[in-house]
Amino acid sequence: MSAQPAVTESPYVIDDRVTPRFRVHRSTMVDPDILEQERRLIFDRSWLFVGHESELAAPHDFRTRNVGGRPIIFTRHTDESIQVFVNSCPHRGMQIETRPAGHGRFLKCFYHGWSFNTEGTLVALPDEGSYGENFDRHNLCLARPPKVQSYRGFVFLAWTDDIVDLEDHLGAACDILDLFADQSDTGMRIIGGTHLYAAKANWKLLSENSYDGYHAMTTHHRYLAMLKESGKDLSRVFGASGGGASLGWDLGNGHAVIGGTDGTGGRNTGLGRDLPTQAALDAQVARRNHFAERYGEAWANRMFSGRNLVVFPNLAIVDLIMGITIRTYYPVSPDYMEVTAWSLQPSDDVDELRNMRQENFLTFWGPAGLATPDDIEALERCQRGFAGHQFAPWNDISRGMVRNSPTGFDELQMRAFWREWDRRMTGTEHEPEVPVMQRAGRVDLPYHTRVLGDRPEHSSTPSASR
Amino acid sequence: MSLRHDVEDFLYHDADLLDRWELREWFAAFTPDCRYQIPATDLPDGDPTTDLFLVRDDWFLLSQRVDALMDGSAWTESPHSTTHRIVANVRAREIDDVRIAVNANVLVHRSSLNRLDAYPAHLSLTLVRGGAAGFEITERIATVALEQLRPHGRLSILL
Repeated sequence: MSAQPAVTESPYVIDDRVTPRFRVHRSTMVDPDILEQERRLIFDRSWLFVGHESELAAPHDFRTRNVGGRPIIFTRHTDESIQVFVNSCPHRGMQIETRPAGHGRFLKCFYHGWSFNTEGTLVALPDEGSYGENFDRHNLCLARPPKVQSYRGFVFLAWTDDIVDLEDHLGAACDILDLFADQSDTGMRIIGGTHLYAAKANWKLLSENSYDGYHAMTTHHRYLAMLKESGKDLSRVFGASGGGASLGWDLGNGHAVIGGTDGTGGRNTGLGRDLPTQAALDAQVARRNHFAERYGEAWANRMFSGRNLVVFPNLAIVDLIMGITIRTYYPVSPDYMEVTAWSLQPSDDVDELRNMRQENFLTFWGPAGLATPDDIEALERCQRGFAGHQFAPWNDISRGMVRNSPTGFDELQMRAFWREWDRRMTGTEHEPEVPVMQRAGRVDLPYHTRVLGDRPEHSSTPSASR
Repeated sequence: MSLRHDVEDFLYHDADLLDRWELREWFAAFTPDCRYQIPATDLPDGDPTTDLFLVRDDWFLLSQRVDALMDGSAWTESPHSTTHRIVANVRAREIDDVRIAVNANVLVHRSSLNRLDAYPAHLSLTLVRGGAAGFEITERIATVALEQLRPHGRLSILL
């Protein structure tokens, strides 16, 4: 039995297992030098979410977006293969396509008329003869990110060759992605329309916020008031302890999830309004029963119990049962991030359930929802507060360190994020606080257990205040 | 007086109520079967039954939105932002004996906590005659004339 060090610390993170207490220095939220290091040590060395395969329904559909600070074209070639290019002409560098979405067999740069196919090959240029007989078009293809891989329709890129394969990086997060991807026999799809918004706040605040159960009761008071007014029994949502049946898991590599295990036979609508008709309820129960037959009861219960996943560093996928959002975000400056969010739905939902998903999604999420604007406001007010960080330097993220099985209202998931952040940024190795979940496939995921005897003795005197 | 003149008076009153945060009076003009919708910025012609919108409220959800904005539980509007609306380019036509289709442009400036954001939008309303303000609103679709809500980050006011 290896004893954990009592306190592991770097200039930014104090991970004290004795008191216990976990603190993060607020300079990480405001310092431009730290952001530059994050670009180099985190974003340029991680798998970053590009998009979902369903966004490219047909060959030659394309999307343009920024991933990790660089413009990319996300398209599907004639042979159905997914292609990702740097959106920059090899000739003089012009951004080739500026429409957010479209369809075209060729990508054409208007500056000098060079044209590329959806495999990135230069297929035509005006007056090619002027380049001489040794000119080889094939050396002037569109540049690609060093790595592009996908898992269950979720496409990622890496701006480095020096990285493990996507599935190895995701590890147990693959099981969680399965819980989203398994929700339709005909495939999950991102529906039309995108929430393109921003926050005047550090990007890491949105990772924290995306799986923060603790803030729901207060920050989202108005959403909960709406639920109550609609006739929903909120005691079923939060349960007696405030955390409901929700638990937190460390998935390794900085990924973490909070979620439930009890699908209540498909009757649970989580944070959504109750299903309005018996027909909708029957349809939902039938879906759950179908998946129980196909994948087993435990898996179906997990599928229908909701979860908040953050794939390190900047991808959040949240399932509130009646609605799934995919959200990615990237820092422009230490105090400003751009956020992009989509709605992921089963492609075979019956109208009544789709209608509920549409309504519940928007009621909660998005820059005009009853919840997201208050999250944005909270993050921005944190950022404003950080201006005093020299005199009020520490964020506290200790909730639930005393518990063997932290709940979704605790902060294990954020500590998992920060331990990986600290490892990347300072090389400090933090022992996991609870056993890291291993990839297990479609079985009921084990509750993590922490044997009390493994923990260091409580110190009789609290560690020195910092 | 012309239909457009009556509709303009109604819209100026509507904008004035919103700028003065008299939201319950503003909401009183909506009929029980009303719809209040805002499409996503990148899909202004989207279908609310299949595509992602920013807002897709019925009477109940709009009433909840208004209540929260008025009781201080909408944190992003607590304290209330200062808004300033300009309404222009008003067109009105009778659809039938009862309904009137209205199109207008609105430019809203919102300032709050040292930030100033502009929300230009196209309003498409379906009105019926009646109510204290002369018309009632059965449908209100606000299409934001922005590619994205950046740097705004939120659309927490009513359009």
